[in-house]
Amino acid sequence: MSGTNDPAGPGRRLPDGGNGAPGTPPRIPPPRSPAEDAPRWPYAPDPAPTPSPPPAPAPDPEPPTPPAPPMSHGLLKSLLGAWALAACSAEETAAVEAHLTDCASCAEEAVRLRDAVALLHPEDNLDLDPTLRSRTLANCLTRRPARIPVPEWAAPYDAETARLDALLRDIGEAEWRAPVRLGWFDGRRPAGRDTTVAEVIGHLMAVDGIVADALGLPTRRGCEKPGTPTERTEAFWSSAAAEQAPGDVRAVWRAQGHSLIRTVSFAGGGAAELDVPYGPFTLPLRDSFLDRAFECWVHAGDIAEAVHYPYAPPAAGHLHHMIDLAARHLPATIAHRRRTGLSGPPRTLVAAGTPGRTLHLEIEGDGGGHWHIPLDSPAALPSPDEEVAHVALDALEFCRLAAGHVPPEEAAAGQLGDREAIRDVLLATASLSRL
Amino acid sequence: MTNDAPPRWDRKMQQRLASGEAAALGELYDRFASLVHGLAHRVLGDEAGADRVTREVFGYVWEHPDAYDPKQGPLRSWIATVTHRQAVSRLRQSESDRESAPEEIEEKVRAASAAARADYIVTSMPAPLRAALDLAYFRRLDYRRAAADLGVTEDEARRRLRLGLQLLSTAHPGPRAVTPPDGGSGRGGR
Repeated sequence: MSGTNDPAGPGRRLPDGGNGAPGTPPRIPPPRSPAEDAPRWPYAPDPAPTPSPPPAPAPDPEPPTPPAPPMSHGLLKSLLGAWALAACSAEETAAVEAHLTDCASCAEEAVRLRDAVALLHPEDNLDLDPTLRSRTLANCLTRRPARIPVPEWAAPYDAETARLDALLRDIGEAEWRAPVRLGWFDGRRPAGRDTTVAEVIGHLMAVDGIVADALGLPTRRGCEKPGTPTERTEAFWSSAAAEQAPGDVRAVWRAQGHSLIRTVSFAGGGAAELDVPYGPFTLPLRDSFLDRAFECWVHAGDIAEAVHYPYAPPAAGHLHHMIDLAARHLPATIAHRRRTGLSGPPRTLVAAGTPGRTLHLEIEGDGGGHWHIPLDSPAALPSPDEEVAHVALDALEFCRLAAGHVPPEEAAAGQLGDREAIRDVLLATASLSRL
Repeated sequence: MTNDAPPRWDRKMQQRLASGEAAALGELYDRFASLVHGLAHRVLGDEAGADRVTREVFGYVWEHPDAYDPKQGPLRSWIATVTHRQAVSRLRQSESDRESAPEEIEEKVRAASAAARADYIVTSMPAPLRAALDLAYFRRLDYRRAAADLGVTEDEARRRLRLGLQLLSTAHPGPRAVTPPDGGSGRGGR
């Protein structure tokens, strides 16, 4: 008679797993020990020890029960899935294996389910190459041109939102509460705010809402009140909508982004110059999409850093447009800083439309180029003859400066010429940033 | 939510693709790229090949949105079928370029197909079954603990594990679970 374990109670003996049968007993792979590295479970005793020969019966989670009656065919059959996964108790395993020697239909199913287990394996969680999206879409569009294309000026926003979305998919919900420090330059000094990954997405969604409102899209929950980007963000963060599950915030942000792209695709070129009101200033729609693309990239970078993920810069062509947007806004920003006393007065007064003192801004690397910034007034014409200073920065360093991530005096810039002019331009660049 | 897009979304997407809306193509990619790339990678086992299949599949869908028939099932499973077909034909091609023996090629194709189908079955099966398998297999809980974790009876946990594996077992060739539609040919008359 076989051994010491007699889990089924009196009157029933379990044959030893398979070796008594004369024919060809099903090959029973030894089940892996269940739950050996499972998390501790609060209301069940410790997992069944998985020792050598006589397997101890797994303790029952319920109060002690009288010896179990012999298992019925139905019960044994219902155990086949758990058995194949090595997820039943030692005596159930023994009972199933005994049963398989004399029940052909269960034996057949057991083998089938066992084979199915071999097909299970963890998701590879391959990170898709972020450039694959643009390559794939470009390939499609050469095979069949779009009848309703995405406007060229919306392409950076399309690409950057897709990249951030892919990052969010890769990091998973566990990291949504990870702390993220947002930084910007408030005009005088660096400023910052402690947030979480989820709040950053809420922020992006709330400010994208400005563009959505300008296009007449339905308002999102928590984004009902108009206002500046900062006001909208604060309103969203303190609304009930900010409490929804992080996956929902992501879904709403993503759906709004898709609607924005779709809407401007149908609106066509005519919409490019539509005014988008940000509160203290307005941007034409095309620039507003660039601004949103830039902010999406910057904050994706903040998130990536917070969760220790690599994050590449935008495609060179897109980066160039973002830098161009910043460079175009420098003259007005310099003027604004003067009006509000943050910068000294203009050196000379020039009539609108005439050449004035000019700074040559040279941006190096992918996406770079040359810009000539009029220093005396936004209305003045830049002129190479009036160049008083030359500043050279790497494209990514310039973007870090414009995002307020590096203080103006620390920006790694090659400088030549009028120091005050250079200072004005670097401070103005940093002042483009905001929450 | 990604798995359970309503049929309405599928039909709408097909219409938008058919009308040549590039924004729809972007959304299609965002929703299905990881499915397509993952299945292709499972069949081919290499990144560059999976990238190429991804480009091919989206190119095909964009060029032939009418090849999808919403009455036959969800867009997701049609895209999986297109991907499967593309990936397997690429695998066959690269194996015969390498002058592998025909039986060897068939064996490879068979194993890769089963693995890819299994992946698809797991990602598309009802969430409760998937959750039960996840606890029992990946987290190595026995079914009683899995039941407690899921808040269901032990009977129900056993049922889900068995049913989940039964679904998964259809990935093995035998009775065909996935019938590839004939590619690109025009609509047949009645």
